[in-house]
Amino acid sequence: MSIRIEHLNYTYSNGTVFEQHALKDINLELPDGQFIGIIGHTGSGKSTLIQHLNGLLKATSGSIYYNNEDIYAEGYSMKQLRSKVGLVFQYPEYQLFETDVFTDVCFGPKNLGLENDEIERRAAEALKLVGLGEEYYRVSPFELSGGQKRRAAIAGILAMEPEVLVLDEPTAGLDPRGRDDILDQVARLHQERKITVVLVSHSMEDVARYVQRIIVMNQGEVLYDDEPRKVFCHYKELEAVGLAAPQEVYLMHELAALGWDVDTDAATAGEAAESIARCLKNAEAKKKIVSGER
Amino acid sequence: MGIIKAAKLAFDYLKLDENGNVESKQRAVDGVDLEVEAGDFIAILGHNGSGKSTLAKHINAILLPSEGTLWVDGKDTQDESKLWEIRQTAGMVFQNPDNQIIGTIVDEDVGFGPENMGVPQEEIWQRVESSLRSVGMWEYRSHSPNKLSGGQKQRVAIAGVVAMKPKCIVLDEPTAMLDPNGRKDVIRTVHELNRKEHVTVILITHYMEEVIDADRVIVMDAGKIVMQGTPHEVFGRVEELKSYRLDVPQATLVTHDLRKMGFDLRPDILSNEELVEELQAYRDRQAS
Repeated sequence: MSIRIEHLNYTYSNGTVFEQHALKDINLELPDGQFIGIIGHTGSGKSTLIQHLNGLLKATSGSIYYNNEDIYAEGYSMKQLRSKVGLVFQYPEYQLFETDVFTDVCFGPKNLGLENDEIERRAAEALKLVGLGEEYYRVSPFELSGGQKRRAAIAGILAMEPEVLVLDEPTAGLDPRGRDDILDQVARLHQERKITVVLVSHSMEDVARYVQRIIVMNQGEVLYDDEPRKVFCHYKELEAVGLAAPQEVYLMHELAALGWDVDTDAATAGEAAESIARCLKNAEAKKKIVSGER
Repeated sequence: MGIIKAAKLAFDYLKLDENGNVESKQRAVDGVDLEVEAGDFIAILGHNGSGKSTLAKHINAILLPSEGTLWVDGKDTQDESKLWEIRQTAGMVFQNPDNQIIGTIVDEDVGFGPENMGVPQEEIWQRVESSLRSVGMWEYRSHSPNKLSGGQKQRVAIAGVVAMKPKCIVLDEPTAMLDPNGRKDVIRTVHELNRKEHVTVILITHYMEEVIDADRVIVMDAGKIVMQGTPHEVFGRVEELKSYRLDVPQATLVTHDLRKMGFDLRPDILSNEELVEELQAYRDRQAS
C-alpha cells in the first residue's frame, strides 16, 4: 500500500509558447503511514505535484501507482482514487457552501453514494476528529472563526475516510493558536488512524516539529528527500533556493563555529537546549576534575 | 499629545435581528488606553479575536468608538468634519493584497489615492515615483498587478498608501498570506519607511520575528492590552506569552528551556546573536 511516482513530468500549456515545465522527472515513493512534509517556495512545483496524487492533474509523461495499480491505466476509477486520497486545498474554508456545518461535511460521503446512516456517522466522526462538537452542527459555516472554518473544511475531507490525507498549506493565515490546533489534530489523526499524511508548508519550524521525512522541491525538481535533521544540514543550499532552516540550526552552527561541541543536527528548541546544556555540563564537570587534581 | 491617543476606548459589535433591533452585543475592544508618539514603530500582537484589528480600524475611523475617545493627530475620530483629514493622516494596509489593488497598471494604482485627494497632476507623478522607489517596486511601474507575487502586490499596496503622505501607517497582518521571501521584503520596506521617512508605523501581526525590531510591543487579549514594553521586556516573559497562546522567537525559547534546566542566563534574549554572546559569556564566567 503506497503511492509510487515514476519519472513524472508535467508541463503547463504544453505545445504553446507559454510552455512551462512545472515538474521534471520526479521519482518518489510515499509508503503507508508516513508523515511527510513537502517544502518549497512559491513556484517550486509543490502544489502541482500534490494535485497529481489524486489525479486532478494528469502527468505529461511518467506514471503514478496507487497500491501498485497504475492510475493512468484504462478503466482505472479516478473517483475511487479521490475517495482514497483526500486533498485539502489552500484556504479550504472558501469551499464551504452549505447552510450548516453538518450538512457541509456530509457532502463528500453523500457523493460516494453511501447510506444515510453511514453518511451521518462519518460526518459526526470527522467533526469529532477536528474538535468541532455537536454545538456547531447547525451553525452556519460562515459564522465560525477562521481556524474553525478550516477545521470544518478538513472534516469534509476526513468524512470520505481517505487513506492518504494531503494538506496544502493548512496553516496559512492562521494565528499561532489556530496553527497549533490544526497541526496537533493532524498529528493525532496520523497516529490514531495510521493514515499517510502529506503536509505542504512554507514553514520549516512547523515541519521540523511534526514530520518524519521532508521533501524539498525546487524549480520542479526534488532537491532533498530525507529526515528533517539531515535536510537541515544543507541550510546554506536551502537558503540559496529561497528557503531557510529553523532558527535553531543556525544557532547550533554558530556555536559549533566558536568551538562548542554541540549537536549541529538539532532542529527544535528542545533539542537545541538539551545539546547546549550537555555542553555546559561537560565543561563544568571538566572544571571540577581539573580543580580536584590541584 | 502623541499622534495617536486612545482613552478608555471600547467597541461593541452589534448583532441585529430582522427588524434592526439589537439582538446581542460583543465587546471587541474593552477599555484601551494607548499613546503613540510620532515616528514610533509599534507592534500589536494577539491571536485572532483579541481585538487588535478592531482597534486598528479605529485609527483611520473605519470604526467609531462605542465608548471612550480616539484622537489621531489631535483630531477626535467622531468629528465627522475631520474624517478626510484623519484618513489622510493614518493610512491602512490590509491582509489580502488582492483586495486592495484597483488599478490595471502598477503606477496608476499608486496614483489613485493622491488623485482622489486633488493633488496636482505633476505632483501625483512625483509622489508615485518616490513611493514606488521607496518600496523597491519602481521597475515594475508599467506591469499589471495581476502578474506580481503576493509580496510584490503588498508592497504596491503600501506604496499606494505612502503616496498619500500619511503621518502614520497601520498595517493589519500585511504578511499573513505571503511566503517567507515576501514577508521579509514587506517588513524590510516598512522599517525603511519608518527610519527614512519617519512615518509612524503600527504593525499588527502574529509573527514574532517581525516584531523584535519594533520600538514597543503591545499584546492584546480579550479586547484589553495585557502586556506592553520593549521587545526585550515583553519576550522575557515567556510563560505569560504562552498563556495567551502566542509564539516567542526560537532563540528566546531555547534560552527559556536552558533557564528551566537551571542555567542562569539572561531571560530577555531575542536573537541567535544575543544567545551566542550570552552563552559565550556564561561559559567564561563558569571557567573563571
